[in-house]
Amino acid sequence: MASVHDNAAIEAAALRSDRFRLEREADWRRLDEIVTKMEKGRLRRLSDDDLQALPVLYRTVASSLSIARETSLDAATLAYLEALVQRAWFVVYGPRSSLGSWLRSFFGGGWSAAVRGIGPDIAVALLVMIAGAVVGWLLVASDPDWYRAVVPAQFADTRVPGASRAVLLDTLSGKSGTGGLSAFAAYLFSNNAQVATLAFALGFAFGVPTLLLLVHNMAGLGAMLWLYHGAGLTVEFAAWLSVHGTTELFAILLAGAAGLHVGRTMAFPGDRTVLQAASQAGRRAAQVMVGVILMLIVAAVLEGFARQLIADTGGRLTIGGFMLALWIAYFFAFRRGDAGDLA
Amino acid sequence: MSAISPTRLRRSNRDREMITPEGIALPITLASRGARVAALLIDFALIAALMIVTTLSLIYVASGTFDGFDAIGGSGALEFLFVLWLIAVFLFRNAYFLFFELGPRGATPGKRLTGIRIAARDGGRLGVDTVIARNLLRDIELFLPLTFVSAVGSDGGAGTAAAAWFLIFALFPFFNRDRLRAGDVVAGSWVVEVPRRKLEAAMTGAQRDAERPPAADTQAFRFSDADLAVYGEYELQTLERVLRENSAKALVAVHASICTKIGREDGAGDEKAFLEAYYAQLRARLEASMRMGQRKADKHDEGAGV
Repeated sequence: MASVHDNAAIEAAALRSDRFRLEREADWRRLDEIVTKMEKGRLRRLSDDDLQALPVLYRTVASSLSIARETSLDAATLAYLEALVQRAWFVVYGPRSSLGSWLRSFFGGGWSAAVRGIGPDIAVALLVMIAGAVVGWLLVASDPDWYRAVVPAQFADTRVPGASRAVLLDTLSGKSGTGGLSAFAAYLFSNNAQVATLAFALGFAFGVPTLLLLVHNMAGLGAMLWLYHGAGLTVEFAAWLSVHGTTELFAILLAGAAGLHVGRTMAFPGDRTVLQAASQAGRRAAQVMVGVILMLIVAAVLEGFARQLIADTGGRLTIGGFMLALWIAYFFAFRRGDAGDLA
Repeated sequence: MSAISPTRLRRSNRDREMITPEGIALPITLASRGARVAALLIDFALIAALMIVTTLSLIYVASGTFDGFDAIGGSGALEFLFVLWLIAVFLFRNAYFLFFELGPRGATPGKRLTGIRIAARDGGRLGVDTVIARNLLRDIELFLPLTFVSAVGSDGGAGTAAAAWFLIFALFPFFNRDRLRAGDVVAGSWVVEVPRRKLEAAMTGAQRDAERPPAADTQAFRFSDADLAVYGEYELQTLERVLRENSAKALVAVHASICTKIGREDGAGDEKAFLEAYYAQLRARLEASMRMGQRKADKHDEGAGV
């Protein structure tokens, strides 16, 4: 069928609304073709003309739809226009095709803005984590039998109550060589990433499970701290932990805070609807979470390599302290014109 | 702007309305739960296939490494392969959905096959963070109970707890009107059908005549104002559908009921011409009063009666 109608064909239409349709049909079909090509992922086959015409055609057809709704009773044409406008809308307002530009704005301020945006939640999560560590310490101090209950099995090998100072010190020493380290780092990362994702995702249940998870994880840390403190190795243990721990615990803190942010916003949405509040919080938290994953990669590399290669307590503390200062500076001191959220 | 297009026959309780940034109300249809489950299963099958292929090819490369090197020289290469495998599994599990849903189609291969895609609930742009948020939640909805069962063993309380957990999230879309899963709630997205519709021929005019030869002599039938005043837009659309489907049986039945209603007896044997004439004149009349701001929704609507 010809897509362009001569005037005679338009004249022949008995109804004004059909004439309206025939006059504009060429535009509709052109938009249809462009959208179909884009839906099939054939962006390269589109000419520059087509790409430039797309937004204009979209508005033209959208206005055709508005007019047709007020003047035409041709249900098939209306349904076609509605479907066409919707498909074009998907294309025009679809996901930003360039992930690169998103990443640029993410690193250039979006990430730190999102972290600052959940500030109160970070404070709460930090308190909960400290409380968790204190609870772990106190539990084990009152009754060492608690140790096995709160410390994950993989850490309770030789590091158990009653172990000698020498044994404990040995567990903190760097291992010689780099054999197996990169596999270890990769394993640590994928394991920690799942824990962080869990801490975030559990925020959905109004944040309560997130808090429980944070308490549980930190209780183990508190118990181990008690153990090394008993052997007079507090500083050595802190140094051993700080190499990656300042990054990793910071990441888990942010993940927990992100989860809490979602949960808290859903519980107290203010004057927005729960769904609006949840999606705004969720998008901000998602940015924090992308950052958390990146931090965990850094932490895994530090844990897998730096900690095993540097056995010196001072050197370890330096690295750990430097990383902590770096993150804090990036999140809280780095502001670019207060661009606000990406969301 | 009318809130909901009154000219469209509402088809199901899955129809929703979305306002574009230009202020145009678009009717959209939410994806059915069945289509979404099917899409998910297809995606999982694809992910599983990708993982198996990756694992097998890495094992193949690894066995080659063993042949080529002595045990000490090969261990570094083996470790590298293991790291590759861990990264690949992590990416398949987490990046598969991100990669496809961020593409121009807004749909994973499974969603495309079932004709659905994701969209922003507020009608705005589908952001990168929206897609990330909705997929982070997938972890607790699906993977967590699975890993939990495999880690603790499926017997006893752990299995029950995991099953209950899984059910809560699996059934989540059944307990809200828009069929949102937990990830959709947090991300502000929803899953909709991708509309597919061909432009059909106009009902009057030369184009129609080229495609479907008009029945005998449409001009032979003239209807009075009173004949046309009995029906509204709803009946007009029903008539349009009957004419487009063009089934002889339906034409006869509709012709009979219109004749009864308006008290005419002609047109028997030439039902199609009769109905086309009636359609064109009824539509002309309704559209004319529409331009004057008066609409008649259906035959019970007295508002626009002349």
